[in-house]
Amino acid sequence: MSQHLPALPVIVPLLSALLITMLGWFKPRLSFPIALAALTVALLSAVGLMGRVLSSGAAAYGMGGWNPPWGIAYHVDHLNALVLIAVLAAALVGLIATRKCVKEEFAERIVPFYTLFVLFVTGLAGILLTGDAFNLYVLLEVASLTGYALIGIGEKRAPLAGLNYILMGTIGASFYLLGIGYLYLMTGTLNMADLAQRLPAVYDSHVVALAFFICLTGLFVKMAFFPLHGWLPNAYSHAPSAASILIAPLTTKVMIYVMIRLTLTVFTPDYAFDILDIGNAIVWLAVIAIVMGSALALAQNRLKHILSYIVVAEVGYMVGGFWLGNRAGMTGSILHIVNDAAMTLCVFLAAGALLTRIREDRLAGLQGMFRKMPLSMAALAAGGLSIIGVPPTCGFFSKWYLISGGIEAGHYGFVAALLFSSLVNVVLFFRIFEIAYFEPLGQGHGHHRNDPSPMAEAPTSMLAPLVVVAVLLVVLGLYSGNLVSAIIQYAIPAQII
Amino acid sequence: MKIVALASVLLCGGILIFGTAGFPDFGDPLSPPASHVSPHYIEEAVAETSVPNIVTAVLADYRGFDTLFETAVVFSAAMACFFLLRVFREDERSPSEKLYRHLPTGIILRIDPGGKAPQSNEFEPIDPTWVPHDMIVKTTTRLIIPFIQLFGLYVIAHGHHSPGGGFQGGVILGSSLILYALSQNLRMAIGRMGETVSAVFCAAGVFIYAGAGALCLLMGANFLDYAALSPLFGVDAIQARSLGILVVEIGVGLAVMSAMVWIYYNLASVGRHQEGL
Amino acid sequence: MNEWIAFLAGKFNYWGFIVLMMIGIYAIIAKKNLIKKIIGMNIFQTAIILFYVSTAAKRDAGIPIITHGHGMSGHSARAVDYINPLPHVLMLTAIVVSVATLGVALTLAVKVYRQYGSLEEDEIADSIRARAGGDQ
Repeated sequence: MSQHLPALPVIVPLLSALLITMLGWFKPRLSFPIALAALTVALLSAVGLMGRVLSSGAAAYGMGGWNPPWGIAYHVDHLNALVLIAVLAAALVGLIATRKCVKEEFAERIVPFYTLFVLFVTGLAGILLTGDAFNLYVLLEVASLTGYALIGIGEKRAPLAGLNYILMGTIGASFYLLGIGYLYLMTGTLNMADLAQRLPAVYDSHVVALAFFICLTGLFVKMAFFPLHGWLPNAYSHAPSAASILIAPLTTKVMIYVMIRLTLTVFTPDYAFDILDIGNAIVWLAVIAIVMGSALALAQNRLKHILSYIVVAEVGYMVGGFWLGNRAGMTGSILHIVNDAAMTLCVFLAAGALLTRIREDRLAGLQGMFRKMPLSMAALAAGGLSIIGVPPTCGFFSKWYLISGGIEAGHYGFVAALLFSSLVNVVLFFRIFEIAYFEPLGQGHGHHRNDPSPMAEAPTSMLAPLVVVAVLLVVLGLYSGNLVSAIIQYAIPAQII
Repeated sequence: MKIVALASVLLCGGILIFGTAGFPDFGDPLSPPASHVSPHYIEEAVAETSVPNIVTAVLADYRGFDTLFETAVVFSAAMACFFLLRVFREDERSPSEKLYRHLPTGIILRIDPGGKAPQSNEFEPIDPTWVPHDMIVKTTTRLIIPFIQLFGLYVIAHGHHSPGGGFQGGVILGSSLILYALSQNLRMAIGRMGETVSAVFCAAGVFIYAGAGALCLLMGANFLDYAALSPLFGVDAIQARSLGILVVEIGVGLAVMSAMVWIYYNLASVGRHQEGL
Repeated sequence: MNEWIAFLAGKFNYWGFIVLMMIGIYAIIAKKNLIKKIIGMNIFQTAIILFYVSTAAKRDAGIPIITHGHGMSGHSARAVDYINPLPHVLMLTAIVVSVATLGVALTLAVKVYRQYGSLEEDEIADSIRARAGGDQ
């Protein structure tokens, strides 16, 4: 069975999503256990895959038994095995934590909710594993379509936000498709490894450059890179909290992975960094993204809006770090994919936990929450400290790599932007802590829901995973050195120093 | 806004048109797409899969994994429509008044909220928005729907030898049911093919596809490698590929048909499944 | 002059797809009505389908169905006689994806209409502002 490991993280969730519909239609209670089992198996096989990659190097798998240029091949190496584990683990924790939430928010819609969510994870896992550029597009659409639905189900402005997300997301995905079409026109192949072999011969063609830019633009839309981020804040903050907990940590990270894959594997690194020489320009774009994302976060007065804009700024970190083009920057960027998945999960989960007790997420509504929900607020604090980059938490280490990459590349604008963003995050989170810690409970106007009962924590099923994630932030931080030396350093091509 | 949009669109289009200068000519038989991967399909498809329609062979076998997720996309779209639109609570569903037509005379009764519905089967419930009694349309569609469905089945089954396959056939089958819903009314269509049937068939169609793939995996070959199914079919490996393609095409047809019908039910009645177009 | 004609004859098909694509993007950016935006999105996706199918064309080649079918041992098919099947396969996928996206987009448009009673962006923005004002 072990030779089939690369296929399992995709096939098992897919089959389970169908089972959830077929069985859950008659017995809705079954849908959660099936989803749980599917994601657990997927996560275990991802861990197994990582073990195999560590012991015997990259692995390939030909779907349908066909060899690569003709069939679709899956390809696993250090980079995607790592991101796969992060994504599946985040999805699994999110799934467990939101069980109660989902039951309350989607009373009759449990079956379609879990079907769509498991399909969403299937799509993301497929994007991470596939070695075929067109297959990636199909899986991207699986992940996006289910994501649109999960976001659009919310109340108030969510359908409108979902519709905007569809329009922009479709433009993004179609641009990617068009870019792949240009590459196909120039090389005649869709397989990533085959593309990598045939592309260097046509590097001087401006069609290839155009294809690269078109793909990159499409991915920038999908990952909400600053000027193209329009869809993200509304989509994530108006989505029901179960959906935003599940989606927010995953989508943007996976799209950043696709960008890294495209630049490093489909094209060779010297094409992007030497022949086109666009690294510097994109890092400057990332600087703008970080500064604007942080500034816009500062202007918000609702918790989930703030967190959404922080996600926009974090995308800037990862894009910028990658395009610095040196080993430290790329290490920081890849490490930050993992860390940011955990951090985003932590803060959105904490926000979701708080929102089970208060209906309004205006900051003023958080008064006295430290006393009312000490553990949830402590977890939010841990997430906040990690986003700021305070030493024992993992956020510090990836930021350290990013900053040292910036200094090494002599790109002080990027370093300054990172420091600025940390400063803004300090202001943001301490404003939250101040309101939640120092201002007494129940004062202010119109917060009659904050009854003066001393403790009213979120349900345990949500609290336990939240605490685990908060602890994980520190554990990830302590072991980030091992993570880099054992995995990430092999994910970056040797010619990059 | 319009000027900005026009300017950016013109700029973008200009760049793209400039980019076409480096393209191989239209219809050039020596261009990279025509000379790298595709010749293998054209020259070997019959020998390797025993399917003369190369598009089908590539779709369901060489790149069958794409097609699996393509079907999953259809399934997720149908599920998403259901998830977003379906109205579950009774109180949201009941309209203010109900209309019934007395079939022998064509007289229409209006029942106010709370009124008792006529029990005789000489009455049929009708939609308040669209009431004419179109005997010609109803009779004609009744006559042609069986032929449409027969043609749909033919398109699915004959995809190996002529243009066609699961998607096209499934859409034809689904459109026959939508035609029925249009010419009669939504309730009668739902009576013929209910929501549970469409939902479960939709999932089952994709499950047939993915299950066929997983079966290959259990037989010891790679996922979707239909050659491994040859002991089950009792034919050689090449023929097994052809039969495997047929199995997945049937699954695709089932999934697409149910998805189309299901999306129509939810969109046409805004999730109420009471009255629609 | 001849070069220009050759250039035109070789590329005109691709220009068609670019024009269509730009019409689609323009509709998404500039139109205020949500349904028009959705139609623009669909035109945009269709343009890409046209592009891919154009890459499949070969001069003097037929549709990719081997005419003799079974039992054609002896002589095998020649690649130059049949057009490239791969883009057609890919676009079958893209068509299905665009139909699915259209379905979900229309569903969300229905929901938006149910909520605001309008599909015009500025009217929706007005009513959002009015509601936000009402909250405070």
